[in-house]
Amino acid sequence: MFGNLTWAAIPFDQPIPLYSAAVVGLMVLAVLAWVVIKGHVPYLWREWITSVDHKRIGAMYCMLALLMLLRGFIDALMMRSQQAVAFHAAGYLPPEHYNQIFSAHGTIMIFFVAMPFMIGLINYVMPLQLGVRDVAFPTFNSVGFWLTAAGALLVNISLVVGEFSRAGWLPYPPLSELQYSPGVGIDYYLWALEISGAGTLISGINLVTTILKTRAPGMSYGRMPIFCWTALASNLLIVAAFPILTATLAMLLLDRYLDFHFFTNAAGGNPMMFVNLIWAWGHPEVYILILPAFGAFSEIVSTFSGKPLFGYRSMVVATMAICVLSFMVWLHHFFTMGAGADVNGIFGIMSMVIAVPTGVKVFNWLFTMYRGRVRFSTAMHWAVGFMVTFVIGGMTGVLLAVPPADFVLHNSLFLVAHFHNMVIGGVLFGAFAAYEYWFPKAFGFKLHERLGKAAFWCWFTGFYVAFVPLYAVGLLGMTRRLQHYDQPEWHPWLLVAAGGALLIFCGIALQATQLIVSIRSRRRLADSTGDIWDGRTLEWATPSPPPLFNFAVMPDVRGEEPYWGMKRKAIEAMQLSAEPSYEAIEIPRNSPTGFVTAFFAFILGFGLIWHIWWLVVLALIGAYATFVVFAWRDETESVIPQEEVARIDRANRAARALALTEMTA
Amino acid sequence: MASITSRAVAVLRRRSLAAAGICCMLVALSALAGCERGILDPAGPVGGAERVIMLDALAIMLAIVVPTILCTLAFAWWYRATNRRALYAPRWAYSGRLELLVWSIPALIVVFLGGIAWISSHDLDPAKRLSAGSEPLEVEVVALDWKWLFIYPDQHVASVNRLVAPVGVPLHFRLTSASVMNVFFVPRLGSEIYAMYGMTTELNLQADRTGTFHGLAAHINGDGFSDMTFETQALSPQEFSQWLVSTQAQGPTLDEAAYRGLLRQSSKIEPYTYRTVAPNLFQAIVSQQLPPGEGPHIAQADAETVSPQED
Repeated sequence: MFGNLTWAAIPFDQPIPLYSAAVVGLMVLAVLAWVVIKGHVPYLWREWITSVDHKRIGAMYCMLALLMLLRGFIDALMMRSQQAVAFHAAGYLPPEHYNQIFSAHGTIMIFFVAMPFMIGLINYVMPLQLGVRDVAFPTFNSVGFWLTAAGALLVNISLVVGEFSRAGWLPYPPLSELQYSPGVGIDYYLWALEISGAGTLISGINLVTTILKTRAPGMSYGRMPIFCWTALASNLLIVAAFPILTATLAMLLLDRYLDFHFFTNAAGGNPMMFVNLIWAWGHPEVYILILPAFGAFSEIVSTFSGKPLFGYRSMVVATMAICVLSFMVWLHHFFTMGAGADVNGIFGIMSMVIAVPTGVKVFNWLFTMYRGRVRFSTAMHWAVGFMVTFVIGGMTGVLLAVPPADFVLHNSLFLVAHFHNMVIGGVLFGAFAAYEYWFPKAFGFKLHERLGKAAFWCWFTGFYVAFVPLYAVGLLGMTRRLQHYDQPEWHPWLLVAAGGALLIFCGIALQATQLIVSIRSRRRLADSTGDIWDGRTLEWATPSPPPLFNFAVMPDVRGEEPYWGMKRKAIEAMQLSAEPSYEAIEIPRNSPTGFVTAFFAFILGFGLIWHIWWLVVLALIGAYATFVVFAWRDETESVIPQEEVARIDRANRAARALALTEMTA
Repeated sequence: MASITSRAVAVLRRRSLAAAGICCMLVALSALAGCERGILDPAGPVGGAERVIMLDALAIMLAIVVPTILCTLAFAWWYRATNRRALYAPRWAYSGRLELLVWSIPALIVVFLGGIAWISSHDLDPAKRLSAGSEPLEVEVVALDWKWLFIYPDQHVASVNRLVAPVGVPLHFRLTSASVMNVFFVPRLGSEIYAMYGMTTELNLQADRTGTFHGLAAHINGDGFSDMTFETQALSPQEFSQWLVSTQAQGPTLDEAAYRGLLRQSSKIEPYTYRTVAPNLFQAIVSQQLPPGEGPHIAQADAETVSPQED
């Protein structure tokens, strides 16, 4: 009846996952109960779950990412504490549990924190910056988000039902083959990523189409804000790279489920093929993550320096150069597989070449601050902290690109420190900067500045205290993923690193406090005009939060930084432009398609993991039926009447006019 | 206004504190160079050359990275909104000369480092023989779950979890794995290399100092991963000859049956030696005449591909 699923799948003998799952489960139940009792279900269903509004979907992506950040960070705390105590001792996590934790940490942080955060930001901001009312395929967008959420749910279910992968965040065969990993851990990993990977691909197709096809009149490529350019590059990479991931994992699934021999030891399988393919996706992946962060930093540095971005064209060229080059460096992840000097040399040089456009970007941010008026908002703190940290990470990265240096640093904690330097110092700092910067746009009030700065300082110092020791211990020859060790010279560094993790914990606690305090004092922190930071791009031309239709009338773009131009004109004339003539606006109707599809995808994944074949069939039928129902619907759009559009826009114009008279008075 | 200024000053003071903190960390890092152990204290020519390349590359990059960081902090500080003495050029966003500079500085550094990468990856290719006077000692390495087997084909002996080598003699390793992917790594000797089933990789190392060095598996390979360590004993040539003689005199024989025993998963095996080794055992493993490692015991019940044989 239930395939391989028995009571033995629940880890009754392991108190740590059991209790933590019980606590989390109770919390989830409590929240659900509160939602139901307070009668919020219809609101959630109508305004969020079935919403196809890019802003709602973007916000949900970011919320998913923040939740998963907590899960991934708890894994990180466990790893740091285990390594801090496991000198000449077994520590408190046995290998079969510890191996799951580092695998889950990597998987969650990349696929369910960094990816959704970046895609969420792009979803939210990019259509506003392009001056359009929605993305190209709104319902498709919702499907993409919910599939990602279904994958995240599968990974978290594995905590209590069965186990997660023990083979690292990229499960190299043959270790990940049935022979060496007979449990369900790898299957959880594979199906979760197949489902969320499909979601990511959907999102990539949607966002690329949006940028290429649906910009405001006059918004030529050369006038697109740099964040849109980085979003374009990132999503082109998604469209090109994610099919590789899906196909590679599918081959491993065929090996595991149907006795194929793509990567097995036996019958002519070739595990090195997996390694090549997974990194052919894996290296573009890091640029998929970092490019939107670069875009966000560009916007933030420019806004808070009170100047246009220095060298806009250089930035565009650098972004697209990174986009292309990122596909030509994958072999540097395995210089030590003995490919030979010529191959290693070429890939080493190609890896360094990427540092050129990246270096250009850093210099351009530098010259954006030059002769500016730098306002040290919380977002700007993250940006400057990023510039310092990222340069160091770039340096250690180029060092690792020198093959003989990699020969002694491959898989060491030096490498771990390097990529955390890039992913925390680059992607995560970028996500937090963007969160501070665009939060007022999304919710109509800004986040508490002092708590935000306190959180930044904890994260910033915490990062260095946690990862500089890992650089050091890597130079002492310590490899990654060790559950225990006997080398006395490693121990003090790992103790310091655990202290750094605690500092980061303080940063996260302060961020949570900041959010709660800001929500409670939202009236004091409110933004009436929609342009709280003296912004330069079109999203600041809308009210905060923007109405469902974003723009009452389509903006007429007449140059770079169109909103800055409008604002200058208004300030010079000491009055707003004449009121436009309003028209009724058609917007796409809500649809539960995404949520229902993802529900069946989750059921499908769960059934496949546990070999519950009737459930698999049921889920497939359900998913197909959902598609048919969606395809047969009659009405696809609803209309917002002209008076409603006029009312919303006039209210915002009044607030802006008031701000203008205050400014000119 | 005054409160804003003082707050900005406080922020920047904290920032310079953090910068000082980073500097301390970097100093601590460089202090590691003097530390006994690790890859910065190599005990052989390969590790030595790699250390030089690392430090050279680091020095070249620091020459640009340190000024960049200082400029970032200096620009952010000087052009703060509250500094009325700073110039403000709200429209300045392009300078051809600066553009040329920002593209050429990293490009020049990369040309320079790229040359280093190209030449050094040829000089230090793991498969390249070391040009020392004497003939290399051949060692065949088999990565098992979760122990290391070192076969000395010319001396017909083998050792588990202990690599014994004479100082001053080049070592030529041929490596394979009997099960999952593994990485062979002796940090103080230099280069690591993958060991994979059905494949042979090559590595050339040499110890110039006597001593015992930590060796490890540098790729996750299952639950016994952390215990898959070995010690490398670098002995003087006389001591090495004595070790050979005593090894050949005692201990079990490594034949096919004994090898099949090794295929079973086990960890924390105390080092021991084999008095003699079946000829061409390594070839038989690489050419898959012998089966791969069994994997965990649960697998045996339902997987036909596993052929556990009792010896």
